[in-house]
Amino acid sequence: MKDNKASMKAYWKRNLRYLLILLVVWFTVSYGCGILLVDQLNHIKIGGFPLGFWFAQQGSIYVFVILIFVYVRLMNKLDKEFDVDEK
Amino acid sequence: MDQQIWIYLLVGVTFAIYIGIALWTKAGSTKEFYVAGGGVSPLANGMATAADWMSAASFISMAGLISFAGYDGAVFLMGWTGGYVLLALLLAPYLRKFGKFTVPDFIGDRYYSNTARTVAVICALFISFTYVAGQMRGVGVVFSRYLEVDINTGVYIGMAIVFFYAVLGGMKGITYTQVAQYVILIFAFMVPAIFISIQLTGNPIPMLGFGSKMTGSETYLLDKLNGLHAELGFAEYTSGSKSMVDIFFITAALMVGTSGLPHVIVRFFTVPRVRDARISAGYALVFIAILYTSAPAVAAFARTNLIQTVSNKEYSLMPEWFSNWEQTKLLIFEDKNDDGVIQYVADEKKNELTIDKDIMVLANPEIAQLPNWVVGLMAAGGLAAALSTAAGLLLVISTSVSHDLVKKQIAPDISDKAELWIARGAAIVAVVVAGYFGINPPGFVAAVVALAFGLAAASFFPAIILGIFYQRMNKYGAIAGMVSGLTITLFYMITFKFNAFGETTADDLWFGISPEGFGTVGMLINFIVSFAVSAMTPPPPQHVMDIVDNIRFPRGAGEASGMH
Repeated sequence: MKDNKASMKAYWKRNLRYLLILLVVWFTVSYGCGILLVDQLNHIKIGGFPLGFWFAQQGSIYVFVILIFVYVRLMNKLDKEFDVDEK
Repeated sequence: MDQQIWIYLLVGVTFAIYIGIALWTKAGSTKEFYVAGGGVSPLANGMATAADWMSAASFISMAGLISFAGYDGAVFLMGWTGGYVLLALLLAPYLRKFGKFTVPDFIGDRYYSNTARTVAVICALFISFTYVAGQMRGVGVVFSRYLEVDINTGVYIGMAIVFFYAVLGGMKGITYTQVAQYVILIFAFMVPAIFISIQLTGNPIPMLGFGSKMTGSETYLLDKLNGLHAELGFAEYTSGSKSMVDIFFITAALMVGTSGLPHVIVRFFTVPRVRDARISAGYALVFIAILYTSAPAVAAFARTNLIQTVSNKEYSLMPEWFSNWEQTKLLIFEDKNDDGVIQYVADEKKNELTIDKDIMVLANPEIAQLPNWVVGLMAAGGLAAALSTAAGLLLVISTSVSHDLVKKQIAPDISDKAELWIARGAAIVAVVVAGYFGINPPGFVAAVVALAFGLAAASFFPAIILGIFYQRMNKYGAIAGMVSGLTITLFYMITFKFNAFGETTADDLWFGISPEGFGTVGMLINFIVSFAVSAMTPPPPQHVMDIVDNIRFPRGAGEASGMH
């Protein structure tokens, strides 16, 4: 349906919405929990980890990995829905 | 078996593997030389990307840096992984759909201008040479300690190996060598990490051992480490000492820089489809995360081990590794109060031990008294990390010259065969220049690399992002943006990092931002200038608007090609 301008616009809009949501999570976990709120979160301890320190040195990395795989799934579905996927 | 024999054996075997792969994957066309023929599987590409990107700095320097920086080490951990989210979401799929060979190719076509192309080539050369200098120094450090040869001889050996597979095989040779190098480097990093985690905490998974209790005690490792730090007068390990603003800017510069590095971006041109580009960014981050979530654990283990082994102990009772590393001058003990006991404290006047951060990972197996073969493995792993990145960068350099300068601008009628020879020639020149930097290193490995990230953040990233997401963006804006971002960042680094205009102190920094973090400011300036200039100049022509429309959906990607 790539000739259909309205459909392409809708596809791009959905894409941008996914990006926005995923990037908000990306920012919150790394810059939010790992840097801006680190002192507050360090009062909470999980096992031997102060929570803010954990987010900064490990937790954010796990979330990054999950974010990319969520994105891949969402986009593969979206491509099919709008019939722009590669055969 | 003797430690030295293990080292020669493991390094020799890995080098034989690289040369074997190079002979097997010899590139026959520019397409194979530039993008490995375009048929690399996403999983192999993920592995190659991980090796390409995890450099001597990641393998050798990073855990050491974190070990001394504590919480502040987060800038490297989050910075060098968070960029992959940006890469996967904002860059890789669209650049793959665009389907050309290089980043300057995209910039040149998207901004319909050979000036833009040339600016992009200059940025690419600048970033790659800054970065490759760090790699060659890394090769030298590893060789001088492990092969017991002169640093210069070590660099020559490294040059010969890279020469072989980068010049002969191009991207095709590099890709499959990097897959092998990833396996070697991750194995080399994880084996000692696992051993030491078991020793210190009884937990075989370093990522978890890091937050566990010390063996035979009720104290958590991190609490113990905070206690040791407090005793010796260092900042608390889990809190660090840098300002929040600085941490924020450095992390951002490293993240954005990671996603703008040309040798990483070109890897996504080698997969067959857009959806492969997306998923292979995911695989790359998984492979990178294995090392990156272990590194902070290794750092904390190494720090604890080091303090417990040397602090307030008699110099005459130091283990063998201590004198081994003293010989390399990377570890220096001066007995200021002549009591024969090592005082390792934060106070500069009383401190008697100087430790180069680079040795923390390399000496770790010896400090933890691991078997000899593990030490040999470290040598092979460190070399794999340095060589894989150096090769990736050399390819960017040679491609920029042969494709973006010669083929696209100077001599467009050149045959594929001649272009291939120019690419090889450029690679040879690049190897020699990189070797020169290895012999005359411009500075500390990770510091130099961090600067390359700042430059990538300030130049490429905004131009590519705006090229994809802002259709109205025109050539004037992009060129002005790249030039101003790069210039101001360079100026700041030269002023405050290399003190070219007189000595500077931390108080002179603008808003307290370190030179490593200034790339973020450069990027913001680039964005602002780009918007402002493009608003005042005519919109791009229709065929460029069509390119932008076209790269936004995956269908019809076809193979990457250099043709119009």
